[in-house]
Amino acid sequence: MRKMIGMAVSAAAIALAGSAYAADIKVGLSSEPTAMDPHYHNVGPNNMLSNAVFDKLVAQDAAQNKVPGLAESWKQLAPNVWEFKLRKGVKWHDGSPFTAEDVKFTMSRAGNVPKSPSSFKLFTGILTEVEVVDDHTVRMKTKDAFPLMPEYMSVLIVVSKKHGENATTDDYNSGKAMVGTGPYKFVEWVKGDRIVYTKNPDYWGPKPEWDKVTVKPVSDNAARVAALLAGDVDIVDFPAPSDLPMLKKNPKISLAQTQSTRLIYLHYDTNRDKSPFIFDNAGKPLEKNPLKDLRVRQAMSLAINRKAIAERVMDGLAVPSGQLMPPNVLGAIPDRKPDPYDPAKAKKLLADAGYPDGFKITIHGPNNRYINDEKVTQAIAQALTRVGIKTDVVTMPSGPFFSKGTALEFSLLLVGWNSGTGEPSDPLRALVSTYDKATGTGATNRGRYSNPALDQMVADSLKAPNREEWVRLSQGATAIAMNDLGIIPLYFQVNVWAMRKGLDYVARADEYTQIQDIRSKK
Amino acid sequence: MTVFLIRRFSQSLAVLLVMSLLVFVGVYAIGDPVELLVSAEADQFERARVIADLGLDKPLWEQYGYFLLQSFKGDLGTSFVFNQPALLLILERMPATLEIAFAAVILSIVIGIPLGMIAGLRPHAWYSRTIMSVSILGFSLPTFWVGLMMIMVFAVILGWLPASGRGDTVDLFGVPVSFLTWDGLTHLLLPAVNLALFKVSLVIRLTRAGMRENMLMDYVKFAYAKGLSHARVIFVHVLKNILVPVVTVVGLELGNVIAFAVVTESIFAWPGMGKLLIDSIYRLDRPIVVAYLLITVVMFIVINFIVDVLYSVLDPRVRLESKS
Repeated sequence: MRKMIGMAVSAAAIALAGSAYAADIKVGLSSEPTAMDPHYHNVGPNNMLSNAVFDKLVAQDAAQNKVPGLAESWKQLAPNVWEFKLRKGVKWHDGSPFTAEDVKFTMSRAGNVPKSPSSFKLFTGILTEVEVVDDHTVRMKTKDAFPLMPEYMSVLIVVSKKHGENATTDDYNSGKAMVGTGPYKFVEWVKGDRIVYTKNPDYWGPKPEWDKVTVKPVSDNAARVAALLAGDVDIVDFPAPSDLPMLKKNPKISLAQTQSTRLIYLHYDTNRDKSPFIFDNAGKPLEKNPLKDLRVRQAMSLAINRKAIAERVMDGLAVPSGQLMPPNVLGAIPDRKPDPYDPAKAKKLLADAGYPDGFKITIHGPNNRYINDEKVTQAIAQALTRVGIKTDVVTMPSGPFFSKGTALEFSLLLVGWNSGTGEPSDPLRALVSTYDKATGTGATNRGRYSNPALDQMVADSLKAPNREEWVRLSQGATAIAMNDLGIIPLYFQVNVWAMRKGLDYVARADEYTQIQDIRSKK
Repeated sequence: MTVFLIRRFSQSLAVLLVMSLLVFVGVYAIGDPVELLVSAEADQFERARVIADLGLDKPLWEQYGYFLLQSFKGDLGTSFVFNQPALLLILERMPATLEIAFAAVILSIVIGIPLGMIAGLRPHAWYSRTIMSVSILGFSLPTFWVGLMMIMVFAVILGWLPASGRGDTVDLFGVPVSFLTWDGLTHLLLPAVNLALFKVSLVIRLTRAGMRENMLMDYVKFAYAKGLSHARVIFVHVLKNILVPVVTVVGLELGNVIAFAVVTESIFAWPGMGKLLIDSIYRLDRPIVVAYLLITVVMFIVINFIVDVLYSVLDPRVRLESKS
């Protein structure tokens, strides 16, 4: 009898050891995609998981640098013609070869998915022709010169023409059209519960490591961390900052973190004569909008101790910023520093502007959108109050917050921006350019900041004949926006992933959790 | 009975109409879904296209009118976020919710009624006092806190049960269920208990009150005097009498659990409809919110009807006609 128990125990031990080494992995994510169709919705959770099944012509590494994907190389033949040399020998999951026709088809589909809640038209709309030169060469042509083709190609997922022609979003969701070139093959999506992938052993790039990957959406922060601690999942994204000290102490857990390209900034009403939430010290609406005065805006920026906010309010999960994109990004200004903390100078500037006793304002912020958004909004209000701008705080869920912000119902608001392409052209065009229905610019310009010199430079930069010229114009436009303080940049968020010891994940600047990059520690 | 049915039906239609209008206007007032859907990178042309595609460029009354027209054809709208019929999305998630809801209600009956009877029969015994004290905890502790504590204890510290998710499912008559697999059962246990906690306490208290009241009644004395066994008096005569209020409350609670298991589903990442509802409210996905609440209203109407029918089965004095 005793012998039998012993055998049973050792058998169980072997079984356990076996399961510990089985090459399966479970990933707990804070958000779930809205579709499997890679062109249906241009939004982070969709884009990052599409990267497992599909590839793009140009890939983005963890720092959002552009590296070869399905295209081995690219060059600008003329200011308005880019040639991409495609990788040879790449096969779709069904075994058929990947060719330039697939690329051409992708460019016609990506911007035209019916009823897309946010399409990729922005990126495909500039193309006037996609010329298939041979099976492995494709030329992208635009009407005017265009310097950012590699950046634009680094967000467009390439789908198979054979499976994608006539395929609807439902065909992708069901898996019928989910035939990619990527490191993992799609198995199933049970909405709200799991997405399952298996290994593609014939992948052209670094071999995928896991036989089976299960992605589980667990939106509650505490529950997601608990699932990791319980061993239900092996890695989670974005644990709550308050859980980090506990996770750091836990010997079974390791963390990965990096600075993201998500800028948190203050936006304010700088264009209207009267603003809804600005009052004099007695509480009466001010006749003149003080935010139109550059000195007041400078005073506000100098009143904020970005370093203290990063260290104390954000628990170290922030890097102070003085511009739209991190300085190491192409097109950003490499040596621009964040504004210093100088309350004395701030008070002096306010007095010079005619507000020696300050004024009253209300800051609005979201309370469920960014890391510690509510706390940061409060900290900003305290900082402004200290230099004499008595600031009230109102926070609300992102639904009403963004609607009211866009309807210009606020005077001062805290917002965030993340660039999918990893360069400053998006925020320059949509955030600080003049709000203009005719050109389509300034769609997110909730403060209506406007400077014609900047508009011209941004427009020119997107038609720059070469990259060097684009960099020069992009830096010039950024400098104008920052010298005018069209927005007040605060900091870049730092994102954290927590995983069981023995796993390795290179934290990404674009906040994506890419399952093909989860590896066991060598 | 026919009059009763007709009256119920017309009342229900009116409730549905008012409800749909309230929710429609309510979600509209919260904010603009396009703000949350469209990528910040997008230009104004893209925004305008999305607004037009979703029909949000039309005045609200026109949107509501269109919705009413379509709903008479059985189409409760298409999700802004998923571009799939709202009804389909909700029905897809329904089995998961029904599963924990029924598990919770069964737990509350199986645990609640016996404990309540014990506490009612021997109100001063130490074990009865213990049952009653614990039931106060069941009432007063917030669900989300208990849920997280259960995850901490049973999943993280002891490692007996999984922390979240639904586990393996098998198809039963084409519907995926998890209670027939071991993995599924282990996933089901914590959320079901979490959801049942409040209901168990409620049933204990109702049963105990009914028990104490009925034990003093003449028919009980008469039954004992007639020489019936203790077991027969309690389990046949008294039990039947105390079940009327219990059935009412359990019925309504079942509706509540199915429609609003939001907290439990969120904490345990249970892929049910409650999770869908809360996500949709955050995303301002109006078609799903409206369809969801309409389904909820229909469900309550049906449950109330079933409860009324059950009354007449349990208590021969109740006639359905008299209730209208």
